Amino acid sequence: MSQITIAMQWHDWLALFGQYLLLSLLSISGAITTVPDMHRYLVAQHGWLSDAQFSSSVAIAQAAPGPNVLFVALMGWNVGLNAGGGIGAGPGAWLLGLLGLSVTMVGIMLPSTTLTYLATRWGHRNRGRRGVRAFKQGMAPVVVGLLIATGWVLAAGNHSGDAPAWHLWLLSAVATLVVWRTRIHLLWLLGAGALLGAAGFV
Amino acid sequence: MHPSPSGAAAPSDPPQPKSPRDLFVSFTWLALQGFGGVLAIVQREMVEKKRWLTPEQFLEDWAVAQVMPGPNVVNLALMIGDRYFGLRGAIAAVAGMLAIPLVVILMLAVLYAHYAGNPQVAGALRGMGAVSGGLIAATGIKLIPQLRKHPLGFAACLVFVALVFGAIALLKVPLGWVLLALGGVACAWTWRRIAP
Repeated sequence: MSQITIAMQWHDWLALFGQYLLLSLLSISGAITTVPDMHRYLVAQHGWLSDAQFSSSVAIAQAAPGPNVLFVALMGWNVGLNAGGGIGAGPGAWLLGLLGLSVTMVGIMLPSTTLTYLATRWGHRNRGRRGVRAFKQGMAPVVVGLLIATGWVLAAGNHSGDAPAWHLWLLSAVATLVVWRTRIHLLWLLGAGALLGAAGFV
Repeated sequence: MHPSPSGAAAPSDPPQPKSPRDLFVSFTWLALQGFGGVLAIVQREMVEKKRWLTPEQFLEDWAVAQVMPGPNVVNLALMIGDRYFGLRGAIAAVAGMLAIPLVVILMLAVLYAHYAGNPQVAGALRGMGAVSGGLIAATGIKLIPQLRKHPLGFAACLVFVALVFGAIALLKVPLGWVLLALGGVACAWTWRRIAP
């Protein structure tokens, strides 16, 4: 990862925190929808992250266990490392990395979870209302369509220039069929995908 | 705490988490299986294995989790935790979803810094990405049979599924507009169909 060195003042950290508080409220249907705006803010406007650090943060979070929102933590971690002179610079840089991680993660989580908590409690108390029932049931087919579309977009996002594209599509299609029709543990499938990829088949 | 909304009609007591600690451990385990996204695992663990949620509840909760701001699976964990143990349960479930995976991902980031140039590593990431796309798509496909009981009728639901898929995956329409337009029509139409 191309390391860059930056200087962060306390008001820079505050601005970073404020930006993530704002993005939290805008992240309707997932933090991944705010990625373009994070790129604009962190890379283009402030230069706190390099392009390579930005895209590898997203890629690692996609491949790693856990919710995809953890890419936000990696971005904060990298901003902190850059401010501390890089991962080789020792404990001071790691501490700044942890500071960056906390600033971005708390920022992206706090407003959205508070709002969701209050709204779903209200929805549960008023679950008999016609409006609440119409909303929950009416969104069901939309959500099914969104899920299938998300799978499609994720599968398509792996295609880069030189790899034979139909191999990747075939792998995605087979994975879809197997998960749909069997109860095999999902980790076996991901392991198979990793092996096929490492061996150069896809 | 309060029983689940449709639980009254169930033949026997539906399974449920024993304590906030049970929630924390369950969601940690669930999150650690979720390579490339946790949703497929949530459906399998919560609905098919533990049966804390019926497929109908999963679909309804997921719809709410998806339209609220914030990471969907975290919102879903929050809602499930709150349903059984209130605020304590919500915090336990969200903490389970995030704490240990955060440590794992940091270790991976440090490792990756050493192996970024290796073509095998890049290939493995690509293969896992292709599989994880399939996992999410299959999760959606598995929910289609639930739409048979929908107030709008199965055929109309399938049209909505196809329209949403086309708008997002093929036409790349921004999600907010899709939710507002297609979601708005679906909800308004459902509102007219269900008895007051």
